[in-house]
Amino acid sequence: MNWAGLYTVLSGVNRHSTAIGRIWLSVIFIFRIMVLVVAAESVWGDEKSAFTCNTQQPGCNSVCYDHFFPISHIRLWALQLILVTTPALLVAMHVAYQQHQEKKLLVLTGHADAKHMEEVKKHKMRIAGSLWWTYVCSVVFRLLFEAVFMYIFYMLYPGYQMMRLVKCEAYPCPNTVDCFISRPTEKTIFTVFMLVTSSVCIVLNMAELVYLVVRACARRSQHNSNPSSGKGSFYGHKHSSEYKQNEINQLLTEQDGSLKDMLRRNSGLQEKGDRCSAC
Amino acid sequence: MDWGTLQAVLGGVNKHSTSIGKIWLTVLFIFRIMILVVAAEKVWGDEQQDFVCNTLQPGCKNVCYDHFFPISHIRLWALQLIFVSTPALLVAMHVAYTRHEKKRQFRNCEKINIEELKNEKIHIRGPLWWTYTSSIFFRIVFEAVFMYVFYYMYDGYQMPRLVKCDAWPCPNTVDCFVSRPTEKTTFTIFMLAVSGICMMLNLAELCYLVIKICIKESRKT
Repeated sequence: MNWAGLYTVLSGVNRHSTAIGRIWLSVIFIFRIMVLVVAAESVWGDEKSAFTCNTQQPGCNSVCYDHFFPISHIRLWALQLILVTTPALLVAMHVAYQQHQEKKLLVLTGHADAKHMEEVKKHKMRIAGSLWWTYVCSVVFRLLFEAVFMYIFYMLYPGYQMMRLVKCEAYPCPNTVDCFISRPTEKTIFTVFMLVTSSVCIVLNMAELVYLVVRACARRSQHNSNPSSGKGSFYGHKHSSEYKQNEINQLLTEQDGSLKDMLRRNSGLQEKGDRCSAC
Repeated sequence: MDWGTLQAVLGGVNKHSTSIGKIWLTVLFIFRIMILVVAAEKVWGDEQQDFVCNTLQPGCKNVCYDHFFPISHIRLWALQLIFVSTPALLVAMHVAYTRHEKKRQFRNCEKINIEELKNEKIHIRGPLWWTYTSSIFFRIVFEAVFMYVFYYMYDGYQMPRLVKCDAWPCPNTVDCFVSRPTEKTTFTIFMLAVSGICMMLNLAELCYLVIKICIKESRKT
């Protein structure tokens, strides 16, 4: 399991994300993970071997390095990227659960042929109902993790700048000793770069959150303004995720007789007949 | 996520590029990314280890190396290649969006075969033309910016054999010797030349697209 494995896992989530979510995923993989792997890791590669202290006292080098770098930037970034990308798996799990429910429904209604099963797998889930809440939670967690890690970076390495020289007086160093860090300018450049991309990702997440909330409000106000007049709104209501989920639950527990009707509504065959304008 | 994955991601873009775009992508992957990975990285591999200064003063070597090489050539090239190849993803996203719209339009009728739609080549016209042209324009800008950054940081494209350093804590002025300067100069010039070729290809592609659209417009009128 490496970054490529994570890429494979998360590419599947891409299908059920919003457009902003897809852009966020691309920024994460190209401008953060890829830069980490191909560039940043080699900059920090010799951080300990090239950390030199102006003393011949054995152990002083190790102790001073450990004192000033409790956890290396590279490891912090790796942890940050893993934690930030993982909430997307919540969405993937919820989608898989919904698809499983739909398949079960098809089996119970006797429509378990290959064509319908494939359609369940392929069709894009609308971000509505309980999936909306899962999606919003995942975005909130992403934001939280990004903010927490940026704060940790700031606490551990004040100012995001790498010093050329640090003065160390930990035992067993005699008095105060000058220690020189390897490639401080290059490290500062990459730290600032990763900070900027992290901020871009935070902005994208906030934009996605706002978009989801606005869309949900718009949908709700549309639904409220046409409460129960005519077939169109009734149809719209019938298609809401909560209603669908309730129906599926009812079906699975009671195995009601009006299955064909429900199936027809769920697969939208009637809708196709009604709305096809390009035929 | 490494160069191989980037190649897989960008390989998909290839289908919707012009012929010049396909040549550009090939040059990018074979003459730049591959050379970077199989050759250049080894040349610069011991850049700090073998950077030797004529002093025993601890810390002087680190400080002098940092002063003369604020960011290594290899990292700059890696960033340049990432930035230069990313605008192609704008085109990929636009194509994916166009396909999605077409699928939505025809899904209700089930007249169009979904697989056929996936493999159908999308012509570069309309809003896609603008996206494609913008991506080429950004590529050219990024190439130029990075070539300038190289020139500015390293005073020309040659790697000196000896640098004289007087940063603290080095006592007075100290001679420092760069490892493999001739080999580094060779590769720097090679990468510069290929970068120049890529810029030419991008400019040619831009001209081609503009001329094609002008001819189409004049035919219409």
